[in-house]
Formats: sequence, structure tokens, C-alpha cells
Amino acid sequence: MALAQRSRNASLLAGGTLVGLVVLAALVSFGWTPHDPLRVEATDRLLGPTGRYVFGTDRFGRDVASQLLVGARSTLYVGVVAVGLAALVGTPLGILAGMSRRWLGEFVMRANDLVLAFPALLLAIMFGAVFGAGTLTAMIAIGIATVPSFARIARSGTLQVMSTEYVLAARAAGRSPAFIARRHVLPNIAGLVIVQCSVSFAIAVLAEAALSFLGFGTRPPTPSWGRMLQESQELLAVEPRLALIPGIAIALAVLGFNLLGDGLRDRFDPRLEAYR
Amino acid sequence: MTTSAVLMALARRAAILLASVLVASVVIFLFMTVIPGDPAQVALGVNATPELLARTRHEFGLDRPLISQYLDWVGGVFSGDFGTSYVTREPIGPQLVDRLGVTVWLVGTGMLVALAMAIPLGTLAAVRHRKPSGAAISGFAQLGIAVPAFLAGMLLVQLFAVRLGWLPSGGWTPPNQDAGAFLRGLVLPALSLGLVQGAVLTRYVRTSVLDTLGQDYLRTARSKGLRPYQALFRHGLRNAALPVITVLGLQLATLLIGAVVVERVFVLPGLGSMLLDSVASRDLLAVQGIVLVLVVGVLLVNFVVDLLYTVLDPRLRGS
Amino acid sequence: MTVLRVDELSVSAGGQSLVRDVSFQIGAGERVGLIGESGSGKTLTASSVLGLLPDGLHATGSVRLGEQELLGASERTLSRLRGMEISMVFQEPMTALNPSMRVGSQVAEPMLLHGTRPDRRAARSAAVELFDSVRLPDPEGTARAYPHQLSGGQRQRVLLAIALANDPALLICDEPTTALDVTVQAQILALILAATRERDTALLFITHDLAVVASVCERVLVMLDGEIIESGGTREVLSSPRHEYTGKLLAASDLEAR
Repeated sequence: MALAQRSRNASLLAGGTLVGLVVLAALVSFGWTPHDPLRVEATDRLLGPTGRYVFGTDRFGRDVASQLLVGARSTLYVGVVAVGLAALVGTPLGILAGMSRRWLGEFVMRANDLVLAFPALLLAIMFGAVFGAGTLTAMIAIGIATVPSFARIARSGTLQVMSTEYVLAARAAGRSPAFIARRHVLPNIAGLVIVQCSVSFAIAVLAEAALSFLGFGTRPPTPSWGRMLQESQELLAVEPRLALIPGIAIALAVLGFNLLGDGLRDRFDPRLEAYR
Repeated sequence: MTTSAVLMALARRAAILLASVLVASVVIFLFMTVIPGDPAQVALGVNATPELLARTRHEFGLDRPLISQYLDWVGGVFSGDFGTSYVTREPIGPQLVDRLGVTVWLVGTGMLVALAMAIPLGTLAAVRHRKPSGAAISGFAQLGIAVPAFLAGMLLVQLFAVRLGWLPSGGWTPPNQDAGAFLRGLVLPALSLGLVQGAVLTRYVRTSVLDTLGQDYLRTARSKGLRPYQALFRHGLRNAALPVITVLGLQLATLLIGAVVVERVFVLPGLGSMLLDSVASRDLLAVQGIVLVLVVGVLLVNFVVDLLYTVLDPRLRGS
Repeated sequence: MTVLRVDELSVSAGGQSLVRDVSFQIGAGERVGLIGESGSGKTLTASSVLGLLPDGLHATGSVRLGEQELLGASERTLSRLRGMEISMVFQEPMTALNPSMRVGSQVAEPMLLHGTRPDRRAARSAAVELFDSVRLPDPEGTARAYPHQLSGGQRQRVLLAIALANDPALLICDEPTTALDVTVQAQILALILAATRERDTALLFITHDLAVVASVCERVLVMLDGEIIESGGTREVLSSPRHEYTGKLLAASDLEAR
């Protein structure tokens, strides 16, 4: 038990630290970057790491470290908007589906299944084709595709809460569904939703990277980790550094959100206790 | 548990599948046809003369009511006719079928790689969950999940194609042309698609096996005289497979779309690269057809997973 | 003849001692009850005999089945004895059967595993006979059923059939009736009694229910906090308990009223 406790805290700590680093990088980039991330310096092309350029420069002579810092913003923007949208739409839908057992609940879940047939990447490409590619369309597409996972989690949590005695008592006392949803359901499923936020954030970061790589994400010249990777593809043989640096940044961010989600899940979900 | 009950369940699921496909086709049609405004305008660009626009609209039937446009499209799709491209003026269907073949190969082998990796590693991680080796596998899987598939692909190309020269860095040889070259070309794309998904799957297999290991019926199996691994293989894995299969379905859907990225890295002529090319050339009718095929693919996978679940879990067959 | 001989068995987890210096013997065909509250170490004692202690628990002392020492024996040796010489019926019939396997195959398995029947077919028909002997209705049909199609009592009969399949020298029952209805309890107890008498099987019967011990066992061991505090013939122990705790157990049950 002590060992399990320690490993849970380790996930929480490691995840929190990694996520904290990404947030810190984004915040710092607003006030300071080593160089102007967009400044093209023809004489400084493809320089290796030096005192002047910590991570070197890319093929246009732009500072990689500065792009990395500013790129953290794109990653967080997309994640926050997509996950926020998904949580704000999906959670109430899930609660609704869990509380009304009749056709409304059934309809919400069927619609949910239909949205599941449109994965984030596909939806983002469709949106890009119709509305034009960009950060906003990517965020909205990833957000819509993530709604079902929140709706499912919220629904199963709601079903559990609805069968508890205190909810039965509240219903017997004539409390309105809105009251029950606000006072009993929401506080009890909040933990599940927070865990889902962290896990979905990791998926959103990967999706944003893939979209930027395909040219459907953040538009140039705004720095983004996914596009840094894409721009480095042709130079991989000569300068693997240019792919590895943003690649490691993406991997660490995803790892951070996943670890954070694992740590939070163990904290919020006492049922797992038995298996440890 | 009777045959007729199984058939009833099958019919019910098939009806849901058909309804989902129809609703999805309406959604895709409306989204790709109505929202962008005028597909002819989109295809021809802003500089097209009004006469050319009108002629193109008429030629492609865009001046008719939406409902008959939709029915024409869906009716055609059922017989393999996806319409004629606004841009290339060639039929979309044959090319789509060609491209689909490439993607199916890629996704199929990618899935095999993922399974071949996840089942043994996940089981081992569960059986040894108290030992360092089990923790190491879990940690490795956690890291693997965080790597984008296209990065894995780029690094694999760098190592095995550029540095070592063992395998081609991209391109496609049809299997009936040169089987050897076909297989060699498939290795790296399948690995980059499969390894990352394999890491995700490893974690699910581990959780599921760990869950099963704590079940009473495994203790019963041991008390009969089965050794630990025998008990796990004969009694545990089938039950552990159930939750994994659900995930497998979701994963196949992810792979189908993830293939888009890998096809781009390895320059494979699959459905994904056709989708990206069609978007680039603003060929919305082709996009519409490809999206429909991909979505129907995802729905079909879910349908098969549901059926598989019923076959494997006797409790779901009803009594 | 002694079937099972346990000498100074102790079980510990980490530094914590859970069972201390437990010693007892069971002769061929003898029925011995092991009683005590939950947490007194009854189940751990039984699991040590079978060599199936949970991970992280460690047993010392000696457990001999006939001439064979079981503590510290290889997994290979133990797996040859389990289901052949020693078998066990567990408390929870609802979860002790594999949900995705027909119960007939689950009963046939130990016979095939230990080679007591030549082939699958013979093991299948032996399983049907066993179902008949544990009074399961429609033995043929039951053999083709999945666990979820059977009631709790029926499942416990299936588990008993599994345990009896190879005519073991020792049968361990761990609270086999606790999870069942009162009427079903009596039927299962009668079945266990008949089956062990018929085969001259030694029985170690774990329970917290004194009435059950009185009706099944010839001798009884009373456990408290990991130690055996009293033992003797069932009638003597229940009519004139020497230990205060046994007296309390008696007072708490309605045995004397019967």
C-alpha cells in the first residue's frame, strides 16, 4: 500500500512538473525570448547549439529555442480551447443522458456514437477543406471530436450517483432535477471530468502536432511544435536536432498530461484501490 | 442462447449500422455541399467567368434541388459510383478503391504490429507488476504513447533507410507486381503506425490481465492443479480479452485516420494522401467520398467489435 | 493413517505475524472443523496447505500430505497434487467459475490435466456422472450451460464436482455455504457429508458457524488471532468449552437452543 501510495504521488508530481514546465515556457515567451522567434538571419542558418543559440538555428536562421518557447503557446491554446469546449458541451450532455432515461437520453447517446465515427484528425481536415485551415478550425474540430468521451464519462458517473440513497431521498423530497444535477451529480462527477480533461489534453496535443505536420494546424509563421517537425523532415539526415527538439517537447508534454491524469485518477477513483 | 436470439441481435445491430451510415452520409453531404456555398465556385476559383460557372453547375447537376443531388450521390455510392471529380473530370470511384487498398494494407499490418507487441508485453507487465521488469514495461509503454506516429516514422526512416540502408524510405509497390519489394516497403510504415498504438494497447492489456489475475476463478483453476501461466492462458486471457476488444475497435478507428499522417511521411498512395491532395486541389466531391468511406470504415469496425463481443462473452447472448 | 499433518505452521506478511504455530492432524476419512471469526487466520491456514497463499505472504513450519512435505515444495510438485490429492471448494460460488467456459468443460479439466481419464470424451461423460452424483438437475444439459445460467446453489454443486473429480485424499471447504440460502445450505452440507463418506475423503471444513460444525465434523479446532486455542471432539468442545472465547462463540450462536 505504501508503495502504491508512493508511485501515485510520483505520477502526480512528475506529471505536474512536466505540465508546469510547458505552462511556464508559454508564460515566459510572452515577456521574453532569447531572440525574436520569427527573425530570419540569413548568415546564421543551420547553426549548431552555441552560447548564442542554445538549441541552434533552423534553415532560415531562426532561433530554435525561441520558437520552442513560443510554440508552447500554440500547444496550450489548442488544448485549452478544444478540451474546454469538449468538457463544457460533453459534461452537461452526459448528465442529461444519465438523468433522463427516456428517449432524450437514448438520443443523446446515439448522437454521441455518431460523432465518435468522426475522429479528430478527419474532422479537422474536413473543417480545413470547408472553412480553411488554421488554429481555430483545428481547435474546434478537436473539441467536437472530444465531446463524446466527456459525455460518456459524465453519463456513467451520473448513473452511479442517481442510484445512491441520498439522491433517491432528494427525489422523494421533491427536489427538482436541476437542483439534483447541481447539488449532487456535478460535485460527485467533477473528479472524473477533471481526469478526463488531463487525458484529453494529451490527445489534443498529439492531434495538434499531427495537424500542424499535415498543414492543417497553426498557420506559418506562428511557431508550433508540429510545424517545426514538419519543416525539419527534409533535413533529418543532416540536422536530426531540428526534429528531435520539438519531438521531445511534444512527447514530454503528452507524457506530462498522461501522468497527471493517472495520478489524479488514482486520487479520485477509490475503486481502483482494491487492485493495488 | 438459441440461434434465433443470436440472429435477432445480429439484425438489430445491422439495422443500427445501416441507420448510422445513412445519417452520417446526410451529415457529410450537407457539410461538404451546403456550407462551402457553391462547389463549382470552390473548384474553379474566384476568377471563373459566370458563364463557365453556370455551365459547370449544370454539368455536375449542382443546379438541381439538394434532395435529388443527395439521392443521386448516395445511390451512386451504393453501386460504387462516387461521381466525377470537379477538378480532374475523372470518375472518383476507381481511384478511391485503389487508394483504399493501400490504406487497408497499412492499417492491417499496423494493427498486427500493435497486437504482437501489446499482448505479450501487457500480459508480462501484469504478471510481474510487483517486479522491476513489470514496472519497466509500463514505463516504456507510457513513454511510447507520448511519441507522435509521424515522429516515430521519421526516426525509423532515418535509422533503417538512410543510415543502414536496409529498407526503402518510402514509396509503394503493389503486392502483385513485386511481392518482395511490397513487403519491404510496408515494414517501416507498419512499424511507425503500430508501435505507438502498441504502446497504448499494452497499457490496456496490462490493466485487463491484472484485473483478471485477481479473479476467484483463477484461484479455482490453480486449485485444480494448473500452473500459474497455464491458468492464465486457459482461463484468464479470454476473459481479459473482452475489455481489450472494445479498445481495439477504437484503436482501429484511430489507425485508419492515423494512416493519413504516416502515408504523408512515407509518400504512400493511400486514402489519406488522396484526401490531402483533394483538399489541396479543392475537389470537394472527392473529399466528400473519401470522408464517407473512412467514416463507414469506422462504423463497420464498431459493428464487428460488437459482434465479436457477443461471440466471446456468453453472458451477452441471453439465456 | 494420517492424511494431513501440520506442524508449527506460521504465516507472516512483512514483519507482521498472521498465523502462529498452528499444529493439527487429519486422518483418512476424518472430518475436522476449523472455526473462528473472520480474520482469525482460518483461510490463510487452508491456503498454506494448498500452497496458494496471496502474493507477499510467507509460510514457515511443516505441512505434510502423507509423506510429502508441501511447504517449500516446487510449483511442479504442488501442481501435481492440487486437484488430485488435495482439492478445495471456495466461499463465493458466484465468482469462482470461469464465466466464459461451459461448466462441463470446467469439471472435465482436472481429470484431463491429471490424466485420470484417457480422453476428452471420457472426461466429459465422467463430468456428467459427477453432476448426477451432486444432484444437479438434467446433468447432460447442465454440462453444456455457462455459469451465469445457474443459481448460486447449482454453481456450488459444480464446484464440489470439480473438487471431487479425482477422488482426492483431502477436501478443504472454505465457508462453502455462507453465501447461500438456508435451505440450499442444508442440501450442500448433506452432499459434502455423503461425498466424503462415500470416498473415505478427509475433510477440513472452515466455518464461523457452530451449527454447521456440529452437524458435519467429528473434531473441531478453534482459532483466535492466528492461533489454535482449543481443540477436541466436536461434542466435548461444544458442550464444555475450556476457553473463554469458545464459550463466547457458543453464547453468540443459538446452538444450545436446538
